[in-house]
Amino acid sequence: MDTDLTGAEITIRCLQEEGVDYIFGYPGGAVLFIYDELFKQDKVKHVLVRHEQAAVHAADGYARSSNKVGVALVTSGPGVTNAVTGIATAYMDSIPLVIISGQVPTYAIGLDAFQEVDAIGITRPCVKHNFLVKDIAELATTIKKAFYIASTGRPGPVLVDIPKDISQQKVPFSYPDSVSLRSYHPVAKGHSGQIKKAAQLILEGKRPMIYAGGGVILSDAAPQLTELVRLLGFPCTNTLMGLGGFPATDKHSVGMLGMHGTYEANMAMQHCDVLIAIGARFDDRVIGNPKHFFNEDRKIIHIDIDPSSISKRVKVDVPIVGRVSDVLVELIKQLKAGKTKPDQVSLKAWWKQIDLWRARDCLKYDRASKIIKPQMVVEKLYQITKGDAFITSDVGQHQMWAAQFYKFDKPRRWINSGGLGTMGFGLPAAMGVQFANPHGAVACVTGEASIQMCIQELSTCKQYGLPLKIINLNNRYMGMVRQWQEFFHGNRYAESYMNALPNFVKLAESYGHVGMKIEQPGDIEGALKEAFKLKDRLVFMDFITDQTENVFPMIPGGKGLSEMILV
Amino acid sequence: MRHIISLLMENEAGALSRVAGLFSARGYNIESLTVAPTEDPTLSRMTLVTVDSDDVVEQITKQLNKLIEVVKVVDLSEGVHIERELMLVKVRAVDKGRDEIKRMVDIFRGHIIDVTDKSYTIELTGPGSKLDAFLNTIDRSTILETVRTGASGIGRGERILKA
Repeated sequence: MDTDLTGAEITIRCLQEEGVDYIFGYPGGAVLFIYDELFKQDKVKHVLVRHEQAAVHAADGYARSSNKVGVALVTSGPGVTNAVTGIATAYMDSIPLVIISGQVPTYAIGLDAFQEVDAIGITRPCVKHNFLVKDIAELATTIKKAFYIASTGRPGPVLVDIPKDISQQKVPFSYPDSVSLRSYHPVAKGHSGQIKKAAQLILEGKRPMIYAGGGVILSDAAPQLTELVRLLGFPCTNTLMGLGGFPATDKHSVGMLGMHGTYEANMAMQHCDVLIAIGARFDDRVIGNPKHFFNEDRKIIHIDIDPSSISKRVKVDVPIVGRVSDVLVELIKQLKAGKTKPDQVSLKAWWKQIDLWRARDCLKYDRASKIIKPQMVVEKLYQITKGDAFITSDVGQHQMWAAQFYKFDKPRRWINSGGLGTMGFGLPAAMGVQFANPHGAVACVTGEASIQMCIQELSTCKQYGLPLKIINLNNRYMGMVRQWQEFFHGNRYAESYMNALPNFVKLAESYGHVGMKIEQPGDIEGALKEAFKLKDRLVFMDFITDQTENVFPMIPGGKGLSEMILV
Repeated sequence: MRHIISLLMENEAGALSRVAGLFSARGYNIESLTVAPTEDPTLSRMTLVTVDSDDVVEQITKQLNKLIEVVKVVDLSEGVHIERELMLVKVRAVDKGRDEIKRMVDIFRGHIIDVTDKSYTIELTGPGSKLDAFLNTIDRSTILETVRTGASGIGRGERILKA
C-alpha cells in the first residue's frame, strides 16, 4: 500500500496537526491540489472570501481576538500581491499569521510563467520570515517552522510559498513535534538583575507613569498589568494597540495617549519622572516629537520582547528584554517582597495634578447637537453592548472616536490596524473575529470611505451567516484627511469629498442583509438596540453624521505631547 | 564612525537578500559587504562595513540579529580585530615605469600576478587604508582597472565567532 502523501495532502495534514479550525482563502491555479485536499476533509474549514486582502485581514482578526495563529491560503501571482496589504498590516502590529501561497511549478520559476510573481521577494520586507519550499521532503518541517516562528518571540506573519509541482509530488509524511532553529531563540524571562533595578527605580518615582502597549495584549499579560497598576496605585495609559490591556473604567486609567490621546494621558506622559513602558515602542503617533519629549527629565524602564524596539526612538535607562507577562510576574514578585512602598505623599500630589488635567474634559462634544455626532454613536454603542462587544475598525476619524469613546475593559476586544493604518481592514477583520468568537457580539465601526475598500466582503458575510453589526459613521468625507486639510492645508479639501456614494441600505439589502439609515440623534439608541436584537442578521447601519466634526485632542505632526490642539 | 560587523548566517538562497534588503529598507548605508561559505558549508560568514553613529549601528546589529537566518552578529570594532582586503590592480607598465611600479609593489609587499609587455596586474592585501595608500602612491594615470573585495575581519586572540 502506498502510504506516501502528496504535498497538498501534507499541507492539510499539517494544518490539522496544528489544530487549525478555519482558514481564509481564495482558490486559483497554483493551489488547486491543495483545495482538492481541503475538499476531501472536514477538520479544517475553509472560508471563501471575495478578495485575498480580506483573507489575510480575516485571518488577522481571527488571530487578534483568539491568540491563535491565523491562517490564509492564496494562489500565486495576483493572489499573493492582493494579500500583501494584509500581510503588511499584520507585520506592523506583530500578529501571528501563516500565509500559504501557491507558486508556479519549480521548473517554471524565473521564466515569467503565467501568474508567477516573486512572492518571497515581494513579501520579504513585511513578513517575520518566509519560505519557498523547493523540496517536498522539507514541506512538513517548513510548515512546522512557520507556525513556530509566527507565534513565538515577537509574533508576526510567516509566508510559505508552495510550488504547484511540490503540492503534487509524494513522500512519506511525519509531522515533527517540535522544531529548533540554531539561529532563532526567542527569549521569555527578563534579566532578573534588570528587573531588580526597575523595581528600585519604580519606588523612587515621585510622578510615576505606566505606559502600556500592544505587547500586553499579545502576551496575554492584561491580568499582570492590572495587578501591577493596582499594587502601585500609579496612573496607567494605553496605546491604541494596547486598549483593553488595562480596564478603561478603572480609576487608575487615564485613557489612551498619543496624537489623539487624552489631555491627562499626554500631560502625565510628558511630566512624569519615572516612566514604565510595557510592550510599547514610543512610535511617532504616541510621543510625537522625541526632542520635545526630552525637554522634561525622566527615567525610563522599557519592557519589550524585541531588543530592536529598545532605544530605537527613545533612549531608555533600564531596558528589560523578555515576554511582558513573564517580566511582570517577576517584577510584581520583587515589588511585593520588598519592604519599600511608593511614596504616598508625592503620589497623592501627582494624582491631584492629573485630576486637574482630567477636569479639562478633553473629550467633550456637543451632546445637544441636532445633527448626529459620531462620538455619540460610539458612546451609545458602548452602552448598548455593555462594553462587552468585539469592536473592529477601519482607519480614520471613526477609528479614533471608537478608541476614545468605547471603554475597553478586556483585552482582544479592540481590533484595529494601528501600525500600517489600513483602510478596508475593519469588515474582513470582523469576519475573522466572528469565526473565532461565534457567540460574541461583533461590531465594525467604520466610515463611508473605508468600508468601500473591502465592501465586497458583505457577500462572504452572507454566505457564512455572520451577524456583524456595521456602524458606518457617514460624514461624506474621508474625515481624517479632511481634518488635516482644514488644519494644515487652508481648508482646501483636495479629493477628500466622497462623491457618488451608494445607497448603503439598498446595497446591504442587495447582499441579503438588513440596512438601516439613521439621521436623527434621537434615533441612535433605538436603532442600535433593534440591530443588536437581530442576532442572526448582519445589519448595516448608515449613520449620517456631522461633516465638520473633528477629532480632539490632536497633536499636530512634529509637535510634542503637551502641544495638543484642544476642543 | 566606521564599524565592521561580522555575521554568521545560514548558507541559504535568499539570506543575503534579507541582509541587503534590511539595509535599504531602513536606510542604513553599506560601505562594503563580502560573503562566502565557511568551513561548515551550511554557514556563510559575512563582513559588513558601515559608517554611522553608534546609535544607528546598535540598531543595525539588533535588526540583523532579528533576521531568522542570521545565527550570530558581532561588531568587530568593539574590540581588537584584524581586517584585510584584497585588491587587484591592472596598471599600464611601459619603459622606465615598469621598474618603478615593481619597486612600489615590493615596498607594499604585493605581487605581480600577470604580466604583458604593456601592463602588470598586481595583487595586494591589507587593511583598506594600505590599499588606498598604494593607489595614491603610484601614478594615477597608469591605473587601468581596480577590483577590491571589501574588508574581511576577524577578532584578535581568543575572540571567536562560532555558531
